[in-house]
Amino acid sequence: MSARPARWLLGGRHYSEVASLALAAPFLILAFVTFILPLGSLLHESLFLPTPTLAHYERALTEPVYLRVMLRTLRIAALVTILTLLLAWPLAWLMARSGGLKLAILVASVLLPLWTSVLVRTYAWMVLLQKNGVINQFLIGAGITGEPLRLLYTEGAVVLAMSHVLLPFMVLPIFSALRGIPDDYSRAAQMLGASEWATFREVIFPLSLPGVTSGCLMVFLLALGFFVTPALIGGPQQMMIATLVSQQVREMLDWSFAGALVGVLLAFVLLIAILFKRAVRLDRFVGSA
Amino acid sequence: MSVSERTGRSRHAGRAAIGAVAYAVTVFLLLPTLVIMPMSVGPERYLRFPPNGFSLRWYAEYFGDADWINATLFSLEIGVVTTLTATVVGTMLALALVRGRLPGKGLVELLVVGPVIVPHIALAVAMFLVFEQLRLTGTLLGFAMAHTILALPFVVFTVLAALYRFDADLERAALSCGAGPIRTFRHVTLPLIAPGVVSAALFAFIISFDEAVVSFFISNLDRKTLPRKMFEDIDYNVSPTLAAVATMLTLLTIAALVGSHLIKSRLDRRTRTAGS
Amino acid sequence: MSQSAAVSGRSVGIDIEGLVKRFGTVKAVDGVSLAVEPGEFLALLGPSGSGKTTILMAIAGFEYPDEGRIRVGGEDVTWVPPSRRNLGMVFQKYTLFPHMSVLENIAFPLKMRGVNRAEREERARAALATVRLDGYGERKPSQLSGGQQQRVAIARAIVYKPRVLLMDEPLSALDKNLREEMQIETKHLQREIGVTVVFVTHDQTEALTMADRVAVLDQGRLQQIGSPHDLYEAPRTAFVAGFIGETNFCEGRARGAAAAGQRIGVTLDGGHAVEATAVEATVEGASVKIAIRPERLSVADPASGIAARVEEAIYAGNATTLLLTLPSGQPIRLRVPAGGAHASPTVGEMVGLSWRAEDARAFGDVA
Repeated sequence: MSARPARWLLGGRHYSEVASLALAAPFLILAFVTFILPLGSLLHESLFLPTPTLAHYERALTEPVYLRVMLRTLRIAALVTILTLLLAWPLAWLMARSGGLKLAILVASVLLPLWTSVLVRTYAWMVLLQKNGVINQFLIGAGITGEPLRLLYTEGAVVLAMSHVLLPFMVLPIFSALRGIPDDYSRAAQMLGASEWATFREVIFPLSLPGVTSGCLMVFLLALGFFVTPALIGGPQQMMIATLVSQQVREMLDWSFAGALVGVLLAFVLLIAILFKRAVRLDRFVGSA
Repeated sequence: MSVSERTGRSRHAGRAAIGAVAYAVTVFLLLPTLVIMPMSVGPERYLRFPPNGFSLRWYAEYFGDADWINATLFSLEIGVVTTLTATVVGTMLALALVRGRLPGKGLVELLVVGPVIVPHIALAVAMFLVFEQLRLTGTLLGFAMAHTILALPFVVFTVLAALYRFDADLERAALSCGAGPIRTFRHVTLPLIAPGVVSAALFAFIISFDEAVVSFFISNLDRKTLPRKMFEDIDYNVSPTLAAVATMLTLLTIAALVGSHLIKSRLDRRTRTAGS
Repeated sequence: MSQSAAVSGRSVGIDIEGLVKRFGTVKAVDGVSLAVEPGEFLALLGPSGSGKTTILMAIAGFEYPDEGRIRVGGEDVTWVPPSRRNLGMVFQKYTLFPHMSVLENIAFPLKMRGVNRAEREERARAALATVRLDGYGERKPSQLSGGQQQRVAIARAIVYKPRVLLMDEPLSALDKNLREEMQIETKHLQREIGVTVVFVTHDQTEALTMADRVAVLDQGRLQQIGSPHDLYEAPRTAFVAGFIGETNFCEGRARGAAAAGQRIGVTLDGGHAVEATAVEATVEGASVKIAIRPERLSVADPASGIAARVEEAIYAGNATTLLLTLPSGQPIRLRVPAGGAHASPTVGEMVGLSWRAEDARAFGDVA
């Protein structure tokens, strides 16, 4: 008992390195087989098949058809982000000022859609927006239009439905940020002479920014790669990156090109994620300045 | 009107306006799913709102259709396996991250967060590529692996949160009482992080059961999950049976949310720490 | 008559040799060696960062030293995992298992040692009686007060008759009155059971009240170890003099050389010539710090000693505390018993401050 055992066996307060690796091993194996290997293979196909080449990426980024798809995706993602922000902020604000039963109900109304399957929610929108769907029935019944409007398979429908699906992801971070602002801040501001609007503008809104940034990033990133809703509600005129990839894989069987599209998408997502990390750090400085 | 009355009024008006918008958003959030429910009990071939009759024939259609039932059972199978795997693997990893000395901890953390940042379409297509070659498409094993990696980040986050709230001194107390690391985990750590672990298990199940994108790609002609079957049905014919399925799923989600809340508060009460 | 499980004859001593523990580049413990006698109550006393908790953790097995050895009862336990050291430990936040009842908590170590259910329960109840909480066995920790929880923690730590009991600032979370009560109770318990105790605290009054010997630590080094009386009357470093009890410090230069224990003349900054006793060998001209306890100072008319100005006179019934300022600006604090000649001076008055050389200890101003 007097010799010091090898470092890698040491236990005590922490699990030893060997024990830690043993605990993490199942995850590491799974992550390799389902994450690293597949993504690696796909990117490999896009870069090396049939010969080492960048042609697939060139095609993805320069051919007008595909460029239009990319731009459309960016545009829709941006619209969704803006729309969800406008809708989410008031709700988050109301939640932050509520308590007890009222808060519970509001939270439930955000969590229920969040945990309901995307398919169910998308299907619900299709039912609402169909030619003989609920909204058209209402419009005709109320005499606003004579003929059923073509609501489905339009860009507006896609934006609307995606906003609905992604709204909880915007509400929750903003709610969390607003909740964290102590009441004393607005009281102090008002004692110092700030009007209600000025307090909101100078104190409340800036302090909610970390939540707003978080929410916007999350919604934007999710919207970029979204598949289910555009696939069902968007027509062939509203192709986004995800539906394009699906088409290339299932109909065209062009794995290399699909890989290139995925590569571009991934590069974009990673870029934004890295910028986000830096934005969060900057945000903290601004907040404390 | 005095100055204070005027400002008071505008203050209230401003607040009322934001409140009104907020309530409108709440309705917007709940409306679509809640509209489906009454429509699923309408007798007509196409959905009307409000329905002009009451009929459970679409539910009967669901239960009588082998395709639907098989898809549901397959999803349940996968869900159970995923829950078990993800919870166990995720908890083990969380322990290693919090209590262990993991070489390359930063890299491991990136791998955990990866499936959350990478869009599901990318993962789905990539897994399709590899699984086809390994002949794992349409298999329980393939689906379980795919769903586990998708659910893992949430399991790990949840268990990590529970572990951070957990006082490490309690483990030291157990060690000083003579319990080795494994017995300490069994008798002290696990009972006290149980609410977190149960939450995590529930997340894992819901994520797997509702998972649509990966399922779309790695399903087979004869073995498909419930979401895949729904996808097909939506594409080809918007039959009211779908509305019945959607309603049942929504009710299940509500039950799951309520159930998890109850279980958590019960477990929390039993293990409340002194002074809290 | 108490139901205590007497363990006299079982208590052992602890030997710490050359303990060094680094956290990054900081040395939390810098070469500490000390010996704990069997059955004694030793306090590890020091400010935060002094290394006292690290030493306790090393004895417990929650920290492994970078250098040095720890022996318990002659057996080298330096690398033994904590669950196998068979020591008892009481933590600062009681750390009772919240999901177990009081009795289950106390019986837990017995369960880990494979004791059968019936015997476990019996011994747990006996331990509960020892800490005078009979009848509380079925309650949950959250239903007990702070003091009661602390007693349960002690019961859990002693139920398996450990050879040593380690306590990590166990009373610091209690309010003042309860703390004093628990100090006495803990001390009684220790004597009753006869177990060796190592007790970490930052509160010098607590250490002096409870311990047989106190080890004073600062910045990872052992300053002095001795009985409360020795530490108070004969501190060996300026730190110990300042940390234990109240002390006045004056700085100056040695007028001549002196060996340890000899009289030394000192010229204070400000010019006054005084006498003190050197604590260690001091050379002429060395800068020194003189430490004097407030109760060893006396005041008389201004000519009879160092002229000092009275800043405050705080009357407290049986004594008056005087706050003086020396010409050099140095503040001095002393106590004058009621009825003395200068018992109630007025603010602004000048008095003469003096002391006996034996009562003033001169420390070299070593870095």
